[in-house]
Amino acid sequence: MGKLFDYRTCPTTGLRVDRAAENLIKANAVVAIVFLAIGGLFGLLVALTRWPAVHFLPADWFYLALTAHGFDVLLVWIIFFEMAVLYFASAVVLNSRLAGPKWAWTGFGLMLVGAVTTNVAVLQGGSSVMFTSYVPMMAEPHFYLGVILFAVGALLGCGVFFGTLVVAKREKTYEGSIPLVTFGALTAAIIAVFTIASGAIILIPTLLWSVGLVSHIDPLIYKTIWWAMGHSSQQINVAAHVAVWYAIAAMVFGAKPLSEKISRMAFLMYILFLQLASAHHLLAEPGLSSEWKIFNTSYAMYLAVLGSMIHGLSVPGAIEAAQRSRGLTKGMFEWLRKAPWDNPAFSGMFMSLVFFGFIGGISGVVMGTEQINLIMHNTIYVPGHFHGTVVAGTTLAFMAITYLLVPLIFRRELMMKKIARWQPYVFGFGVAGISIFMMGAGTLGVSRRHWDMTFADAVLPFDYPAAAYLMMTLNGIFAILAAIGGIMFVVVVVGSVFFGKKLAEDEKPSYPEVPPESVAVSHYGSSETLKIPGTIMLVSIFFVAFVLYYFVNWKYLSEVWPLS
Amino acid sequence: MALTPPSERIWWRQPIAKIELIWIIVAFTWGLIMFFMMIYWHGAGKQNLSNEAYQIKPQAFAQKAQAMIDEYQVREESGFPVVRPPPGSDVYLIARLWQWWPILEFEKDQSYRLHLSSMDWQHGFSLQPVNINLSVQPGYEMIVTITPDVAGEYGVLCNEFCGIGHHNMVGKIYVVE
Amino acid sequence: MSENNNVDAPTSEEAPEPEDIPMMQRLLDNPFVLLVLGIAVPAVFYIIWGIIEITQIPIAD
Repeated sequence: MGKLFDYRTCPTTGLRVDRAAENLIKANAVVAIVFLAIGGLFGLLVALTRWPAVHFLPADWFYLALTAHGFDVLLVWIIFFEMAVLYFASAVVLNSRLAGPKWAWTGFGLMLVGAVTTNVAVLQGGSSVMFTSYVPMMAEPHFYLGVILFAVGALLGCGVFFGTLVVAKREKTYEGSIPLVTFGALTAAIIAVFTIASGAIILIPTLLWSVGLVSHIDPLIYKTIWWAMGHSSQQINVAAHVAVWYAIAAMVFGAKPLSEKISRMAFLMYILFLQLASAHHLLAEPGLSSEWKIFNTSYAMYLAVLGSMIHGLSVPGAIEAAQRSRGLTKGMFEWLRKAPWDNPAFSGMFMSLVFFGFIGGISGVVMGTEQINLIMHNTIYVPGHFHGTVVAGTTLAFMAITYLLVPLIFRRELMMKKIARWQPYVFGFGVAGISIFMMGAGTLGVSRRHWDMTFADAVLPFDYPAAAYLMMTLNGIFAILAAIGGIMFVVVVVGSVFFGKKLAEDEKPSYPEVPPESVAVSHYGSSETLKIPGTIMLVSIFFVAFVLYYFVNWKYLSEVWPLS
Repeated sequence: MALTPPSERIWWRQPIAKIELIWIIVAFTWGLIMFFMMIYWHGAGKQNLSNEAYQIKPQAFAQKAQAMIDEYQVREESGFPVVRPPPGSDVYLIARLWQWWPILEFEKDQSYRLHLSSMDWQHGFSLQPVNINLSVQPGYEMIVTITPDVAGEYGVLCNEFCGIGHHNMVGKIYVVE
Repeated sequence: MSENNNVDAPTSEEAPEPEDIPMMQRLLDNPFVLLVLGIAVPAVFYIIWGIIEITQIPIAD
């Protein structure tokens, strides 16, 4: 055995848990949830303002709140939580010590200082430039400085993750290849390095420009490199939440991946091609050729979509195989009907899977089609799409695994189990509604990032159809539902972490139950007898929905003014 | 399971279940169809974004637009000149804080070369209720050939955030028989 | 979840020679090669190709 380090042995899993890693996971997760609460509140204010009958905030506050909402939830909440996921998937899952905990704490500190700095800049009112901060619109210098500090801190966190992989391998804390969940986290970390480097490349000159040391930043080049950060940071989420799906399937069902090879190849498709989709934001720009647009927007012939569709089969397939091996074999769906729907870790994870695929995934591919983008670009369809991916997909998955981290890492019994049981449903359906109604309003032409859809103060009048008002009203109502779900989450988790019953060192939490490992479904020779009819039905429904929605939008496109 | 190392040391040689293989083939083929659909539409479809673009100084673009306005203005509306350029001609639309300038009047089923550029920040050309949406950049000029095929009155909204007056940035295009 | 706890116990099973491991598995087992690939592919196809196109946009007369 390698060096000694301060650890405890987990009574549930038997794994050794490095206390340094454990403390870092706790700190990152807690700060993440604080920023989720702040950013979520800003989001509610935005949705209430866009509800035409309520129109809550004045215009300047609306744009301020929208800037803060984007930054706090798209970047801060999610990347802090991803740091927790990286430390968990490396040190804890690999049974290892964390490499360089001091570096990890330095990174944590930089991220926190950066996040606070940018929030202060936004709240001071001089930096309502939106999350994207497109030049030549200028924010205060400390707005950019905060984002840069945050990015550098996150880069240190990624470094610690890679370092831990090296340490674990050298100290032989595991045999053979890294577990699939760690491989998924590795995918997220690789995308994160590209993301953060891109952000630094473009934001450092922009910071210098804002203090007058650089005279000009080209807006098109800014937009191209900025999205290498802005979109790729959402691809970190995809990789991380898919890893979380596999982790929850393993912890709740003892599910084995159907095939290590297939799942890892799917992650490889992410590593190579997922970041190319940053081009989704540049399809309506002048001067970039159709060749560049088509190659990049399609993630190199949709190979990253292929990766997602593989995970879409293998995650529910692994659950189905595990359930069937326990005797839940009746009909097509007994395994799913009798799944633990009152366990928020499972219900949150499964809704995340379904909503990410059906709402976020399909709409993203359709909107990212070079020509179809013309009838959706920068309408509120876009936020409709990414609330389906980042909120219904990523945030819901992260909430789900938090219900497992509270007893396993924070060593507290979960409190208020009744509220916890309902939380994923309230939040999930709220967010699904937000996504669908924003997409509906977008197809009717409603702009994103827009304070007044009545154009009351405009010199020339314009009226949206009544259906657009209805959509935005429903969006507001479902935003309230999602906000209630968000509050339920924060109350349960913060309550449990600070006031839940402490678990003794060797005490197993009564909840969640971790089942024995299921009968192997992927050993040599069993592949011919794999039976997952329910999953096949689910992916078939998905595929039909995908194809229909795709061609319906080509039909819509063919009806607008010809342009060339 | 997914939280432990693969149970076989050499997992690469594990056979793949037939159903997984079928799904991979289906998904891969679908990806190819979607990829080639974009290329096919460039030949067969009528709605494509042109690749014609130039670098241009805002003042130079404003001058070209002003020359068009001086030559083809037909009336005024709420302080905006209404311009009716001849079919097939080059038409300029200025995006600036917070206006689309001027108001344009087109003939139905005629084609126009529409030039778009911004005088200041980024803007978003959003033609409603048709729902055609394009980015408008300062320093760059994009040229699209449009063929309005339904007569009526259209709004041009801004859908790229451009400061506190963003939501008041409304322009107009008329399409007449 | 228990198959891997006894890391201290000597694992005398047939540890395959590195050359037995297929190429693709060795690639997927190497985080740093993956890191290089994951940065190089989008850097070349998205950023560099994109910037070259932007800088080559002709100047209007």
